[in-house]
Amino acid sequence: MPNKKKIIATTSLAGCFGCHMSFLDIDERILDLIELVEFNKSPINDIKKFTKHCDIGIIEGGCCNDENVHVLKEFRKNCDILISLGECAIMGGLPALRNGIPLSECLEEAYLNGPTVKDANPRKIIPNDPDIPKILNKVYPCHEIVKIDYFLPGCPPRADLIWNALYALVVGNEMLIPYEVLKYD
Amino acid sequence: MSIFVKFTIDGQICLAEEGKQLIEAAKENNIYIPTLCNFSGIPPKGSCRICTVLINGKPATACTTKVSENMDIKTSTEELENFRKAVIELLFIEGNHFCPSCEKSGNCELQALAYRYKIMAPQFPYLFPKRSIEAWHPKLIKDHNRCILCKRCIRGIKNEQGKSIFAYGKRGENLEINIDKETSKNISDELAQKCMDICPVGAILVKEKGFTVPIGKRKYDYNPIGSDIEKK
Repeated sequence: MPNKKKIIATTSLAGCFGCHMSFLDIDERILDLIELVEFNKSPINDIKKFTKHCDIGIIEGGCCNDENVHVLKEFRKNCDILISLGECAIMGGLPALRNGIPLSECLEEAYLNGPTVKDANPRKIIPNDPDIPKILNKVYPCHEIVKIDYFLPGCPPRADLIWNALYALVVGNEMLIPYEVLKYD
Repeated sequence: MSIFVKFTIDGQICLAEEGKQLIEAAKENNIYIPTLCNFSGIPPKGSCRICTVLINGKPATACTTKVSENMDIKTSTEELENFRKAVIELLFIEGNHFCPSCEKSGNCELQALAYRYKIMAPQFPYLFPKRSIEAWHPKLIKDHNRCILCKRCIRGIKNEQGKSIFAYGKRGENLEINIDKETSKNISDELAQKCMDICPVGAILVKEKGFTVPIGKRKYDYNPIGSDIEKK
């Protein structure tokens, strides 16, 4: 008797989509994957809103603004299992390089004083439209905002690591972690 | 004439010269005791605590302990391994270790230990401390974000006059290791490279060098740290 397909959602918060690209690097195994799962909200199929409750949510990127926090909380609400995928989701990654610098200094450097700004911003405006997500004081790892169940490190995580994790979760096996697929870069 | 002593590590009977550093004695018997601050050939410091083992039931660092007759050593108990993992995780959250952008990634001993223990994410919250990068030296960069204060460079690097070129600066939680302006003035390229190599992490770098070895060919890409000792 065929089991009900597991439902997966994915998102990229303060990430570069590299983790999603690495996900696609599972190559022809994606054909096996679609036999096992169906995708809901995800940039892969361009479904923007959750249309049903999901089994697995995959999060790329950390939280650098209030919209990231909102999306992450939506994922926690709508998914049974959340996976932090990649260094940015786990520890903030390269965006978190700003964490030692006060936010005002970052914004002033980017919009007022940076060497490439020059005359491009004559009215000296730091973008503040209410429609733009508000930048947080620092970049937060996802597990400091909501509970995260599993972590897959890497920049990006190796395709084999992602495949092994998803396969193990979907079929209920223990995950294989060969030495060479667990890397932080 | 040197006297050999018999001792056991995890039940395995071992032989080594009396008074030898336990970590080295274990190595001679093909047993790897993980460490970060220890470096063959320089005096041990016992600062990282990763090499903590049980000696006759009591915890002690294997780098600062001398081996003696009938010692009963345990190194791979679950409790010790969990303790080591926790120390490694603490080192990761205490500094700013951005592996993806680090020149030492793939050759870093802290990272290699984390790989060996399959650490997926630290169990402690990240501190993101504010640290600086020292780049005034013509040949060296000292990145305080990555420094784990193991003191290997202070202990192991001397200039031609036999003087240390690294020294502690500041105190308490602000403690950092700085390059000495005077003693480091005329260091050779070879010594600069030695500084970079003795650092277990990417805190000491040679300028204008980095990412020279491609991913897949770096020291710890396929071979776990300690596997060279265990394979023999």
